[in-house]
This record gives sequence, C-alpha cells and structure tokens, in this order.
Amino acid sequence: MKLRIAFFLLALASPLQAEVAIQEVTSPKGIKAWLVEDHGIPFTSLSLDFKGGTSLDAAGKRGAVNLMTSLIEEGSGDLDAQGFAAARDALAADFSFSSGEDSVSVSARFLSENREQAMALLHQALVNPLFDQASVERVRAQILSGLRSDLKDASAIAANLDRARSFGDHPYGSDGSGTVDSVTALTRDDILAAHQGALALDRITVGAAGDITAAELGQLVDALVAGLPATGAPQPADVTPQQKGGITVQDFPGPQSVVLFGQGGIGFDDPDYYAASVLNEIIGGGRFTARLMTEVREKRGLTYGIGTALANYDHAAMLSGQFQASNDKVAEAISVIRAQWALIAAEGVSQQELDDAKTYMTGAYPLRFDGNRRIANILVGMQTLGLSSDYPKTRNARIEAVTLADVKRVAAKLLQPQDLHFTVVGQPTGVVSE
Amino acid sequence: MFRTLGRRAFGLIALLPLSLPAMADTVSHFTLKNGMEVVVIEDHRAPVVTQMVWYKIGRADEAAGHSGIAHFFEHLMFKGTKEIGPNEFSAIVEKQGGDDNAFTTQDYTAYFQRVAADRLDLMMKLEADRMVNLNMSEEDVATERQVILEERGQRVDSDPGSLLQEQMGAAQFLNHPYGIPVIGWRQEIAALTHDDAMAFYKAYYAPNNAILVVAGDVDPQAVLAMAETHYGPLPPSDKIKPRLRPAEPPQLSERRLVLRDERVAQPYVARSYLAPQRKSGDQKEAAALSVLAELLGGAGTTSVLTRALQFDSQTAVYASAFYSDVSLDPDTFSLVVVPAGGVSLGDAEAAMDAVIAKFLQDGPKPEDFARIKTQIRASEIYARDSAGGLARSYGAALASGLTVQDVQDWPSILQSVTPEDVMVAARKVLNKNNAVTGWLATLEAAK
Repeated sequence: MKLRIAFFLLALASPLQAEVAIQEVTSPKGIKAWLVEDHGIPFTSLSLDFKGGTSLDAAGKRGAVNLMTSLIEEGSGDLDAQGFAAARDALAADFSFSSGEDSVSVSARFLSENREQAMALLHQALVNPLFDQASVERVRAQILSGLRSDLKDASAIAANLDRARSFGDHPYGSDGSGTVDSVTALTRDDILAAHQGALALDRITVGAAGDITAAELGQLVDALVAGLPATGAPQPADVTPQQKGGITVQDFPGPQSVVLFGQGGIGFDDPDYYAASVLNEIIGGGRFTARLMTEVREKRGLTYGIGTALANYDHAAMLSGQFQASNDKVAEAISVIRAQWALIAAEGVSQQELDDAKTYMTGAYPLRFDGNRRIANILVGMQTLGLSSDYPKTRNARIEAVTLADVKRVAAKLLQPQDLHFTVVGQPTGVVSE
Repeated sequence: MFRTLGRRAFGLIALLPLSLPAMADTVSHFTLKNGMEVVVIEDHRAPVVTQMVWYKIGRADEAAGHSGIAHFFEHLMFKGTKEIGPNEFSAIVEKQGGDDNAFTTQDYTAYFQRVAADRLDLMMKLEADRMVNLNMSEEDVATERQVILEERGQRVDSDPGSLLQEQMGAAQFLNHPYGIPVIGWRQEIAALTHDDAMAFYKAYYAPNNAILVVAGDVDPQAVLAMAETHYGPLPPSDKIKPRLRPAEPPQLSERRLVLRDERVAQPYVARSYLAPQRKSGDQKEAAALSVLAELLGGAGTTSVLTRALQFDSQTAVYASAFYSDVSLDPDTFSLVVVPAGGVSLGDAEAAMDAVIAKFLQDGPKPEDFARIKTQIRASEIYARDSAGGLARSYGAALASGLTVQDVQDWPSILQSVTPEDVMVAARKVLNKNNAVTGWLATLEAAK
C-alpha cells in the first residue's frame, strides 16, 4: 500500500502553469507576429498560416490550391526545382508547405548564421514561384498517384464517404486534393489563380520561436511577405453537418473494417466548449483509460485502438471518432459505442472520471511547450482560434472550472445517440447499411 | 497508434544518419552497482522530462516458435503488479498529466513516460516496480492476445505494402532471426500463453539487462540519486547471456518475389541489400553507408535517384534510399522506386539498376557531397530541439551494442567520410547476390 499513498499525495500537487513568455510583435509594416524568444540553440522555427486553404478552390477547380502548394518549392525566380533545392540544402534550411481544409501552412527552420539568405530564398518561393510546365507535370503525377492509391485504401475511402455525407456540396464535403479528373484538368492559369487567392496578406498568421529578437522578427516578416497580394479569394460560408444517424457500409476486401463515427460538434466560441472538451477526453481522448478505450479494447479486445475528437473546422464543428476491427468484431464494437453514447448522454460521467480527465488535461498542457518547432506551431494555432497571448496562463483554470453538473448537462445536450452515424469500409459480419 | 511496434520499414525509419547529436556537454553517463546503465540528457528550456527504460531484448532474441513474444510482453507490462492494478499504470501517469507508451523492435523493447519534471520520482518508482513485480491474470493475457491479433490485422494484414515487407524480410535473412517480423507470425501469436509470458519476463527483465535514459529539465546527480533509490535495490539476474544470434552464411544468390493483391493501386519496386551496421569503436563503414543513402535517395529533390528518375526522365513519381545504421547485427540498405503511370515494374527496376550502375562508375558529384556535409552539421543543431528525440537516439544506440562514446563520435565520423569511402562501401553492399527485390503488383498487372 505504500505506493498508493505516494500516488495520492502527488495527485494533489497543484497543476503546473505554462510558463511560456509570448511576445506580441508588430512589424514595421504592420504585420502581427507572436514570438517566444530563446537563444539557447542557434536556429529559429517559423510558422505561417494563410486562412482558407483548399476550401478556396474555385468551382470546378478542386485540387488547385493543393497542387499550387506542392509546387511552391519547385523553383522560383532564376532557380529551377533542382537549383532551388540545392540552394536550400546548402543553407541547411528546412521548408515545408502543406494545405488543409482551412489553411495553407508554411513552416521553416533555419540556422542563425545564414538566416537572411534562407529567408530570401523562402521569400522568392512564396512570392515568385515558377510553376513551370515540367514541374507542374511532375508534381501532378505524384498527386494523381496518391489519389489513385486512395481509391483502394480503406481509410481514404471511409474519409471521403464520411465527408460527402456530412458536408455535401460544401468544400468540406470532398477531398481537398481533388479527384483524378479534376487534377488532370488543372491548367497553369488555375495554379496562378490559386496562388493569388490563397497566399494573401489579409489572411496571414505568424508564429516564431528560437534564436531571434522581436525587432529582428519584425524585419524578417516584412521582407518575407513583401509582394504578396493584399487580399485573396473569399472565404467559404459556415455549414451545418448532416445530422442523420445510422450505418453506411462500403464493401472492401481485407480482414478488418475501418470505421469512422460521428455527429455534430460544438463551436470553439460556445461557452460550453471547455466542458465538451473535458467530456470528449473522458469518452475517447488520448488516454488508455478513456471510456471507449476501456470498453472496446481493454475489456473486450475488439480493437487495437479507438479514439474520438472534437473536430473544429473554421466553418463547422463535428464530434468524430474512429477505430479498426476484424470483420467479425465490428458489430459488437458498434453496439458497445452506441450503448456508451446513450449511457453518457443519460447519466453523465463519474466524479472519478472527471477528476482524472482534469488532472490529465491540466498536467499535460504545459508539456506542449517544449521545442522551438512545437512552440511556433502552437503560437499560430492560438492566433487562428482568436485567443489572447496570455491564454496559456488562464487555460488550466478554465478546465478546472468544469463541474460534474456541467459535464452532465453538456453530455445530454451534445451527445445525440440517434444522430450518431457509422461509416464502415470492409466486409463486416452482420452489419448492414441502415 | 498505441503501444506501438517499432518497424523496420520503407518510409518509416527517419533518416538516422542526419539525426544523431554529439552534445557531450549536456550528457552524463553512470552505471549502478547492479549493472543498470543510466544516461542523463539535460535540456532546461521547459519543465518537462522524459524517462525511458530500454531492455536489451527484442524480437530477434526470442525462442524459436514464440515469434512476437517480446512485443506481446510489452503490452503485458501494463497489466499491473502486486501494488498496481491492471491498466492502472497508465492511469497513474495520465493523472499526472503525463503520456506513456512503449515500443518493440528486433533488438530492444522500450518504455517511456513524458511528464512534468517534478514527477520523475514517481515515474521511476512505477517503472522499477514493474521491472520485477509484474502480476497478471490468465484473463488479462487472453484479452491482450486479441488486441495484438487486431494490431497485426491493422498494421500488416490490411496493408499489402506491409505484407510485401514481411515477405522480403523473410527472404533477406537465410539464417539470422531478423527474417521474422517484430509483431510475430499470426499462428504463433495466437498460441502464446500466460506461462510463456512469465518465463520470458523472468529470463530477460532485470536491471543488468536495462538502460535508463532521462532527458529534460533535470540535474544529473539528482537523477542518479533517484535511480539508486528506485532501481538500485533491484537484484541483477545471473541468467542474462551475451546476445549471440545465428549469423548469415555467405549470400550467393539474388532473391526475387512478387506480391499481388487486389488492394494495390500504386505498384512499386523495393530492393533490400544486406548491409553492415555501426559497430562499437568501428563506425566508419556505416558512416559511409549513411552518406551513400543520403546521396542516392535522401530526402529532397537533389538525390541521385530522384534526379535521374523524376527529372532527367519521367520514370518514377517517387524514389528513395534508406539505411538502418543502428542494429545489433547486420541489417539492410534499401531502395524503393514508385513508377510513373504507364511505366512497368520491370522497366522501373531496370532504370533503378542503371542509375546504380552509373553511380558505381562515376561516384558522387563534389557539390552533392559538400551539401550533405553541411546538412549533417546542421542536423546536430536541430536535433537539440527535442530532448525526447535525443533520449531515443541514445537509448537505441546503447541497446544495440554501441556506447555513449560511439554516439558522441558519430557526427565527426560522418564528417570525415570521403568520396572514396562511400564508393568502397557502395561497391561492397550494392551487390545483387546480397539482395532481395520485391514487386508490389496489382492483380491486373500480374496477368
């Protein structure tokens, strides 16, 4: 029993506060950037976010923003793709460019000793990409290869079915990479238009961490984005996901089925968001002891892993989950999940579950802020959610304030067993579309 | 996803040659009286610590017929002790706001927790407890066996690429146990019992078969004192034997195989060559192979394979090279080429072989060589951004027969590699008699 006493004492230790000092920087030309300065290692991580992402694709041009983003590092100015890569590698800088439903993300990591050259190269890529025909065809072929693979990938098939079912004709309703047909049809003009529409100054968020001062960052940001258009393409409208429970089965060969399940979620600006995030942590968060992990994996051995998340997009909110299971176990797993959904909606959760989730969430939060790369990404994420820079100091108090009654009330409101939909891709025994 | 399996896989192994740091000033090394090694890596930028305990027992150390027991056992380490109930281990870590997990490879099994730095003492207490006091029921074992069969179904049986990799591994090793997959063969996993697990535990889990790595906002002397308190009293085992595994005979014949599967949409060609690993005090050849992998098919646009197959011709949509530098015994140097639309697997393989042949004749371009050296130097700086990553680097090396000194010498050995070294290593390793070539094919293409 000695050990148990020790655990009890430690569990009472007060949760850490995140001790991260965020500076709000405004560049000489008026661009806002957040910075965590740390001169311990001679490099800087920089993250840029351009709001909109693949949802800005023009009608009939699905995949244009994604193809454009993939081409940014394939040559610019007087450097072709090989020349650009050689210049970047000679500086030992890392650049990455990616597109998602809500943003185009750019991240960079560069040594202090050649910061200016690295940023000049990145500036050229952002503002003056070549989009030459050879690069377009080479990268298009890579994307088409991926899209063809997706047609025979159970997880990708499930994701596409679930998107279409939830969001229909809204951009969220289809894969931002496009389809084989739409990507095949894209022209250089489409790519140029996507570039002008997606990478504009009216939608930019900047975060940096590492070996750089506020003044240096201001200068750097101005130089980096000089020449981008002031305004870009209009943002999409908000959308309410389809709320219809049931099961959709798509036949696919293999020993297991991929299962996505979900229903409507809760907005980040909703006063009950924090209670809902604690509730989600209890149902299917990242812990081995979450309710569904316990019921489906630990007690019954039906899956290797199961989780849920509050999936908050800029224009919609979902509560989504996923697991994979042998075909003969899918039916039982679904019935366990349905039963838990109904049980938690009716009865809420236990005080012990709430306490455990809160100590986990408040304890884990300060641990996020380690490493320049992680911090730069978090700084961008906080700004896109509209949080203030002192949020890390107040966030744990918001979690602590959630009571058992709050969770019960929010569970009854949020969890809608009749709306819970399962998309099953595989050959599950005894499971049919309903 | 969870309690994950380390895999020797195409695309899954980060390019190790460019990720190992020296950092002698922030690394301390001790050995407890009972034989447990302790490595402490200081990083005071955030109040976070990672504890890892590495056991020098992996898939390749298992008894014949018990494939997968090292990984199976890794799952069972969460089933409780005399003091801690089933699955309570993770619950306790999570209550502290921490994350915990574990992974198994051919050469080691490792457990880790990432928590606030002031919770390290508790983590050590827990980890020391389960090193000797594990206590699980028959029922726990039976349920976990189902979870692991599901894991195999998800990671391997549902993925034709993983199936090809398994078949290639089995063909690569004529005698050495690396030919059996880390997760084990399905029928052998299904037959593993509670008694098998307990016998395995008693044979291999002991302080003199373990390495403690602590990385983060800690003081090395304080960590040592804590380790002496928690791990110090544990008795060493007298049953730990040298890890001598059956060696490969000379490989005299190329092996080829084709895996056809209706779930394949994008075919590819993979090639693995038997290759020497980093050996303690003798890392030069492995350093040359690391540079060779970067030159031929490292990340980015400028590698020899990418330039030839994606730029000078439109033969491929992707081409890459991988080298497993850290392993107890010789492992593999691998290539993969994903053909462009309309290019057959035969033509893709021929083009790959032509690139290799030309490289063996011409050698590397001086500018490519210089660029890779610059990146190696920068990677030492970037690696310092992740204390957890450093902990993994040290732990994997020490569990695979290397020493702290070897890890710290590695960057300068990489820097000292000459083009001649690379060519000597390339001529030795890129020999088809050492190699397995695998095609992942669609059903249609196979007709």
